Amino acid sequence: MPQTRSFDPYTENGGTILAIAGQDFSVIAGDTRQSEGYSIQTRYAPKVFRLTDRAVLAVNGFAADGNMFVKKVKQRLEWYRHAHAKDMPLRAIARLIQTMLYAKRFFPYYVYNILGGIEEDGTGAVYSFDPVGSYEREACRAAGAAQSLVQPFLDNQIYFKNQVPAPGTTHPAYLSLPDVLSIVIDSFTSATERHIEVGDGLEIYIVFAKTRDLQDFETIRAKNVHLIQELTVAEDGERIFVLRRDLKKD
Amino acid sequence: MFRNTYDSDNTVFSPQGRLHQVEYALEAVKQGSAAVGLRSKTHAILLALKRSTGELASYQQKMYRIDDHVGIAIAGLTSDARVLSNFMRQQAMAERMIYNRPIPANRLVSSIADKAQVNTQEYGRRPYGVGFLVIGLDKTGPHLYEFSPSGNSYEYFATSIGARSQSAKTYLEKHYEGFADCSLEELITHGLHALRETLQQDKELSIKNTSIGILGPAGAHETGVPAQGSFRILEDEKIDVYLQSMVPKELEAPPITAPPPTAGDVDIQMTDN
Repeated sequence: MPQTRSFDPYTENGGTILAIAGQDFSVIAGDTRQSEGYSIQTRYAPKVFRLTDRAVLAVNGFAADGNMFVKKVKQRLEWYRHAHAKDMPLRAIARLIQTMLYAKRFFPYYVYNILGGIEEDGTGAVYSFDPVGSYEREACRAAGAAQSLVQPFLDNQIYFKNQVPAPGTTHPAYLSLPDVLSIVIDSFTSATERHIEVGDGLEIYIVFAKTRDLQDFETIRAKNVHLIQELTVAEDGERIFVLRRDLKKD
Repeated sequence: MFRNTYDSDNTVFSPQGRLHQVEYALEAVKQGSAAVGLRSKTHAILLALKRSTGELASYQQKMYRIDDHVGIAIAGLTSDARVLSNFMRQQAMAERMIYNRPIPANRLVSSIADKAQVNTQEYGRRPYGVGFLVIGLDKTGPHLYEFSPSGNSYEYFATSIGARSQSAKTYLEKHYEGFADCSLEELITHGLHALRETLQQDKELSIKNTSIGILGPAGAHETGVPAQGSFRILEDEKIDVYLQSMVPKELEAPPITAPPPTAGDVDIQMTDN
């Protein structure tokens, strides 16, 4: 019987991420459960990370690759800051992520990335990537274990697919922040119901354009004071908040 | 002292026990325009005089950010400075990646000192032609270090390097005892007075030729500084308010600790006035 050795470098750590772009804001969310097979490794392992005051990266797939990839992206952003004394624009970060992923085309990062934030022109943006760097700007994207449950819901609710507007009206071009947050929360609670790898906790990052009035957000913030934290570093620029909620633990 | 048979090879000592190539490298630092560094209990600052080749030219950059908690001012060969500051940035980032913490400033300075020493002992390599003033902020407070191409590094309360830096050192030696309790604005004023001492006869400090690097909490005239007091470089219009705080050149800058002399006293009298 010939001897075989094998090295299995990858594993799947479950979880789901989601991002939706508004007109002048962007929402990027991920659950916090990390699993392997039928076991839970931890109930709190963040998958969504602040890169700059206007860019947030969510990583899903193989957690070790995801965490390392985020560290390397942050290092590249730091080199950019040293060279240019300012933060990298969002579409430049998106292109950078493509080149970093494709550089390992023949031993890939097993990570599905979703980059969300505010573009240089002040609009909300979402960029989604495959493990080897194919990417595209979109209005919304779900990735991970419950992608097949969440993405169709988004296609119906964000793109209004298979929906006919009431006579004499059109579908809105952009959704409001409360609507988007409701869609995100409902996506995750529903995914938690039917997918074993989703649950425990939910972290939602919200990035606002410089020019945006935060009145409607302040009313949300007042009702959820303990759940919302601001992460903005610079003054007079984009603002970024994180909202944490529980999800069912079974 | 110069122009003898022992000064071409780095690896040859002179009969007096000197390495002339290293000493010539120190000369390159002395030719660079002046930089001053000083610290208080809460802040560490760097001030530098930028040179330009003429009225039409831009002014040479004298300061680099290494990390949130470390900044440097340079004097000497700018190209060598770029290479060494790049190395410092790599070291700082590697420390954060490997140990999940900001690199202690003294360790960072030791790492470039060790790197510079290699170039004083290997055949065919020349020493770096640049000196640094390094400021760092850690749990034990603000720090100031001088790095020189000989591979030596020292920690200071206040010091200066570059052309006519001895004049700045004289000012600093006179006033340093009051630095510990200075506010940021007072510290900057002292630094500007020290830097002014290095100027030639008809020159003066302006928003064009002066750079200020700061570590520590935000000052009264600053906005947008993160809570931990990350390293920032002030240039152009932002400097103006500090230049205005300087005492005009004709008057002496008043010393902080010396009390006014009482009229007519020959001996000091221990009375309760």
